[in-house]
Amino acid sequence: MFLVLVGVAFNVLIGYGPAGLVVAVVVAGAMAFTSYWKSDTIALAMSRAQPADEQTYARLHNLVEGLCIASGLPKPRLYVIADPAPNAFATGRNPNHAAIAVTTGLLETMNRVELEGVLAHELSHIKNYDILVGTLAVTMVGAAALLADVGIRALWFGGGRRGGGNSASGPIVLLALVLIAIAPIAAKALQLAVSRRRESLADMSAVEMTRYPPGLISALEKLRANPAVVQSANRATAHMWIEEPVPHRDDTRSASKWTHLFDTHPPLEERIAALREL
Amino acid sequence: MNAVLIVLGVLVLIVILLAVWVIGMYNGLVSLRNRIENAWSQIDVQLKRRYDLIPNLVETVKGYASHESGTLEAVIAARNAGVTASSPQQQAEAENMITGALSKLFALQEAYPTLKADQNFRQLQEELTSTEDKIAYARQFYNDQVRAYNTKIQQFPSVIIANMFNFGQREFFEAEQGSREAPRVQF
Repeated sequence: MFLVLVGVAFNVLIGYGPAGLVVAVVVAGAMAFTSYWKSDTIALAMSRAQPADEQTYARLHNLVEGLCIASGLPKPRLYVIADPAPNAFATGRNPNHAAIAVTTGLLETMNRVELEGVLAHELSHIKNYDILVGTLAVTMVGAAALLADVGIRALWFGGGRRGGGNSASGPIVLLALVLIAIAPIAAKALQLAVSRRRESLADMSAVEMTRYPPGLISALEKLRANPAVVQSANRATAHMWIEEPVPHRDDTRSASKWTHLFDTHPPLEERIAALREL
Repeated sequence: MNAVLIVLGVLVLIVILLAVWVIGMYNGLVSLRNRIENAWSQIDVQLKRRYDLIPNLVETVKGYASHESGTLEAVIAARNAGVTASSPQQQAEAENMITGALSKLFALQEAYPTLKADQNFRQLQEELTSTEDKIAYARQFYNDQVRAYNTKIQQFPSVIIANMFNFGQREFFEAEQGSREAPRVQF
């Protein structure tokens, strides 16, 4: 959503020449910074998360406190989302401004050790500064899209002014066009690859915290068995959840590497297998 | 004359850099050592929390299962042994006793359905279970910090600073005696 907005803003502004370009870059930078600085507020509001009451959600609070003792992190704020689909996410720019949100479905589905595994995974995202990594990745994608756009404009107007005189540069222009077309897509794929790496890393850090792989394994297995999808999640926030909150495709059995190119998370099977190897 | 000045300047610079490096290394070791102290006090905080919760739990159970006095008294005795323990050895023994006595107490709920349904009892059980977890996590964190510190004072070049200022090795918190040994099965 953020990228689209930047794109729209940019397209409107590019008509006004170099000054517009500068404004566009500043706007894009400001938006990237805001989305980083206010990431927790935005994400929590978007998913309609409510603060978790210490009395009602005593187990949730206790488990997080225990994990914070184990990892030496300050306790993040805790939120609950009224949604039957089991899922959870972490947000916040650093450990001192972090929050974890879980769905009511997660609290009902998971037993104590499984819930602890999931919470350790989320806490690992905070510990590993994955929000920062994610923001940097998104900014890179934005920058690539911006550059590609500039490239297209330059070709368009530059070519027009020259009047198409030299045909020798034809193949080069064509190559440039192809590169410009591919750049944003490649950048997006790269961003998602980073996201998948961070997920695997968070799984490993979670186990380092709890010293108990079976907890997270059985939690991931329960997530795999449960087809429910969180209502208030969408593509824009997909990378934050413990399990991808978009419907699973039917062709997972015939999945080649390419079908996972645009996933934010590694397949649950792979994550479970990796944890089993420990 | 000029050459002498340059050599002198370089020497002074080296001494300053060396001093900065030693100070940085020393401060790093101090903060690692303080983190161990902090981790140790975390364990105490959780142990104290457990001592505080136990009397409440016993009172609650008494209301439903007053004639199980043997189990209740065992819990109280184990708790008091923990509070008055003066040596780490005694403390570890008391902790083992508490854990054992508590699991017997929690097993009572199967025989007393009204106890199992009691809101207060369930809350206390949640609190005690998570406090036990936190004790284990606090010990894990303490050992992690000790490992980080011990590794640092053995590694070059920090080992030089450590020896210069008497940074000694710290001991790990060992698992309770018996829990490390495999159980002996007799036929």
